[in-house]
Amino acid sequence: MDLLKRQKAPIVSEAWEQIDEEARRVLKLHLAGRKLVDFSGPHGWELGAVNTGRLKHIERGPVEHVSHAIRDVRPLVELRAPILLPILELDYAARGADDLDLDPVILAAESVARAEDEAIFHGFADGKIEGIIEASPHTPIEVRSSQAWPSAVSAAKEVLRMAGINGPYALALGMEAYDELTADGDDGYPLRNRIEERVSEGNLVWAPALKEGAVLLSIRGGDYELTVGQDLSVGYASHDRTTVELYLTESFTFRVLEDKAAILLRRVR
Amino acid sequence: MASDNYHEPLELLSEDTKNTHRAIVSLMEELEAIDWYQQRAEACTDPELSAVLTHNKNEEVEHAMMTLEWLRRKVPVFDDNIGTYLNSSGPILEVEEALTGGGGAGGKGEGGSGKGGKVEGGARGKGEGGAPKKSAAKSGKSYNTSESLGIGSLKGNK
Repeated sequence: MDLLKRQKAPIVSEAWEQIDEEARRVLKLHLAGRKLVDFSGPHGWELGAVNTGRLKHIERGPVEHVSHAIRDVRPLVELRAPILLPILELDYAARGADDLDLDPVILAAESVARAEDEAIFHGFADGKIEGIIEASPHTPIEVRSSQAWPSAVSAAKEVLRMAGINGPYALALGMEAYDELTADGDDGYPLRNRIEERVSEGNLVWAPALKEGAVLLSIRGGDYELTVGQDLSVGYASHDRTTVELYLTESFTFRVLEDKAAILLRRVR
Repeated sequence: MASDNYHEPLELLSEDTKNTHRAIVSLMEELEAIDWYQQRAEACTDPELSAVLTHNKNEEVEHAMMTLEWLRRKVPVFDDNIGTYLNSSGPILEVEEALTGGGGAGGKGEGGSGKGGKVEGGARGKGEGGAPKKSAAKSGKSYNTSESLGIGSLKGNK
């Protein structure tokens, strides 16, 4: 048995299929960072840290005339979101039900996707993760109205180009920015199309974890790396007569390799 | 059209399936080219041309592996099986058995690899038994991820 202990769960295989499929669907919809950054893995539970190749020197070691240094590594962060499901509902799958009520699975998938993306975009200090936005040395570009989005994206592209960052570029949009671009137009011409003229078509990514505005970044590769130990999985925790507790989990870390490869476009109201 | 080898009406096929088809056809073509170059290089009576043909063959191997890597990233079953078999050693037919612990009591472990049932870098398959060893660090793949949801990289999926 492995760490997920799925075999111990009192869940029929038909229900497992629906649980996994629902989690997979929601995760693929919500995960934005994985659509933009390089991916390394999955390396399994046993990967505990990623080597940065660097040393942290200790000024005064315990023994004189002996220098001390510690290898700088990025520890993997483990996420775990509980999923409580009624066994009776899950058993319906064995009787042919293909529409199980799996709202707790959806909630857990949304939460874990949010946690991963928050770390990627905004960082997670306790996990020694620096996010794309906080790492960027560029002054954010302010977007003062919905109509200003196209020119702001052009200006952002110019900043990246001047910093020597070539494309292709992608625009990750927080929920409000995405809605604004989808709903509004410029003299009847959809704003979204105006943006797609500046960023390759299809390179607009809905990123609900983004807290303010949008981020333009290069997706040429080699700038950002998501390392995954155990990839997103549903495991078993416990059960009683009526309820089974599962969890959605993963282990990961994220590294910014080229901090200049992204710029924030901040929506100002 | 990328290929005349579609077996179902195009309108019934998803974009994923069409792209996977393109990759599979490309991989077939690269493997066929490797075979052709190998034969030509061996039969060729001019040493310089033979060297050029061998060089070209090796280029095709690179192309094939790049296409296979695309398939691995996009199709979880490829990923699982590549993780199981590639970079393994020992009898190929025993690789899976050793990793899942099945048939592990077959006594292979006392052979050349010692108690070689241990799979480096992974949890599954550890312990006594099957001979095949595999470096998970080298392949970037471990074995206890088999029950993951297979999300992996979504780069290219918008």
